[in-house]
Amino acid sequence: MSVATRPDEQGRFGAYGGRYAPEVLIPALDELAAAWLELRNDPGFRGELGDLLRDFVGRPTPITHATRLSAELGYDLWLKREDLAHTGAHKINNALGQVLLAKGLGKQRIIAETGAGQHGVATATACALLGLPCVVYMGEEDTHRQAPNVARMELLGAEVVPVTAGMKTLKEAVNEALRDWAASVGSTHYVIGSVVGPHPFPMLVRDLQRVIGDEARTQYRDRVGTDPEYVVACVGGGSNAIGMFTAFVGAPEVRLFGVEAGGVGSELGRHCSSLTLGQPGILHGALSYLLQDADGQVVETHSISAGLDYPGVGPEHAYLKDEGLATYVSATDGDALDGFQLLARTEGIIPALEPAHVIGWLQHRPLPDGARVLVNLSGRGDKDLDTVRAALAGERP
Amino acid sequence: MSNLEATLRAVRDRGAKSFVPYVTGGYPGVDGGLLRMLAAAGADAIEVGIPHSDPIMDGGVIQEASRVALQRGTRIGDVLASIVDAAIEIPVAVMTYANIVHHRGYEAFCDDLARSGVDGVIVPDLPVDEVERFAALGAARGIDVVLLAAPGTTAERYRAIAAASHGFVYCVATYGVTGVRDQLSVTARDVVTAVRPYTDLPLLVGVGIATPEQAGEASAFADGVIVGSALMAPLVAGDPKAAVELSGAFRSQIV
Repeated sequence: MSVATRPDEQGRFGAYGGRYAPEVLIPALDELAAAWLELRNDPGFRGELGDLLRDFVGRPTPITHATRLSAELGYDLWLKREDLAHTGAHKINNALGQVLLAKGLGKQRIIAETGAGQHGVATATACALLGLPCVVYMGEEDTHRQAPNVARMELLGAEVVPVTAGMKTLKEAVNEALRDWAASVGSTHYVIGSVVGPHPFPMLVRDLQRVIGDEARTQYRDRVGTDPEYVVACVGGGSNAIGMFTAFVGAPEVRLFGVEAGGVGSELGRHCSSLTLGQPGILHGALSYLLQDADGQVVETHSISAGLDYPGVGPEHAYLKDEGLATYVSATDGDALDGFQLLARTEGIIPALEPAHVIGWLQHRPLPDGARVLVNLSGRGDKDLDTVRAALAGERP
Repeated sequence: MSNLEATLRAVRDRGAKSFVPYVTGGYPGVDGGLLRMLAAAGADAIEVGIPHSDPIMDGGVIQEASRVALQRGTRIGDVLASIVDAAIEIPVAVMTYANIVHHRGYEAFCDDLARSGVDGVIVPDLPVDEVERFAALGAARGIDVVLLAAPGTTAERYRAIAAASHGFVYCVATYGVTGVRDQLSVTARDVVTAVRPYTDLPLLVGVGIATPEQAGEASAFADGVIVGSALMAPLVAGDPKAAVELSGAFRSQIV
């Protein structure tokens, strides 16, 4: 199954994906799938989106040779700088594309979920730019943990609705956004923030994020003269990783690594390592790997990084794992804190805690000496300063 | 023909309408005794929810009931045991979510239901496109896999749902999730009217039915009415007696 034929018409990536959604949403999912298959190669749409990505987002984002970090770790490391995209993370690539698409479909209202707030800020930004009202569902716990992003969204004109169910984090925010959409589906588009959800979302979000890898592969070849041997990205829902991997999947001599959040231990409830420690299951409309108990109840998760704090993962990652096309590993909260500081100190870049997991994993030197490594630096770390300072002050989670 | 379908057809054949109350299994007070009281209050069948951690098709009342049920350690087996314990003659359908069924395994789950005397199963996030294998396994064991038909879809899809559903067709009255509404949505009649040409199965309306009066309105064009959140509200407020009394009031209007 090549990228071009993945998923199939039922939204399947091998056994994974599909459309496990309430019947009331099916017409909107059909409409969205049909519209996207038509527009994704439409010169008019691509041109309009391409202009916005260049003039508003600042694409292409550069790749940076991490000279001092390379010397410290014994690798030859390059960073794809999604932290330099407008709003500070890769999330804007997807949000802008989906809001533009929704506008084309005549939708009058946008809803989104957010965990760390990066996707919420990106969606609020796209809505401000394109003139659509925006409602963002955010777990109440996350509204406290990420208060500056709540302020940003509100400044951008979005309404932020705190969700008080369950653990009051990302999973519950997705549930609430799905419930809103079930009631408002005629007039509203749900901008899902990762490569999760019922078909066509995993395909749509991948297609909008693949710009990361498409740019990076060309840039890397221009600078280094060949492909990297290793491409590494962090995986929560998995959109930055899919965005990076898609350009490389199946390329000979390129190995793909996804780094999940290992939290504070391998017992259920202490991590978010769906691919490395979960089992197949259905959440938010798709079959993928899932952290669940003996009855199939979805369990609570933990990560120092709100953006990775999710019990599921995009179905295409499940497929890549089972097919041996990508390898998934995990890094703990402590690794992420180490990586966060190391990158700041050696390269003058403060990463988000999410990609800090990748740097932390590399610190254990899991790859051969001198390996050519391309890392997706998916976002910047301003949002995480309070969390990191508290953790370093001895309140290690 | 399954017990569930036969029962609902028999109600229709005698010119009456079916009343199907829903309760969330595992919630305090939801036990075999309550199911017997609901049967005695005139229910034609009962829908029992197996609580799930992520009830995306449910509004606030049933979300809260599910949360409490799981927090007190309710397992799937506990809910099925309460159905066995009820030992009622009217058919029972369980309502749950796809991952509960998938994780147990479609076949093992159907076996569990059959062993517990359950007659039907409603899984709102297993739409017609994903349900084929599960429905076949259920049918082989006398378990009806009931499909939902919702507002706003195409005639082609209503036809497919009608053809694939077993027992009855669950006609979703309104856009949105479970929970009471101020009035019966006009879409309730639209869905029933759209599905009717494609099947002889009984058509039951559910989602958002708040009052006996609304249920009465719906029974004018549907073969029966499912009432969930409106009955769970008194249970969640700690008053199971009121829930049974309210069932009687619903029963008297569903004619």
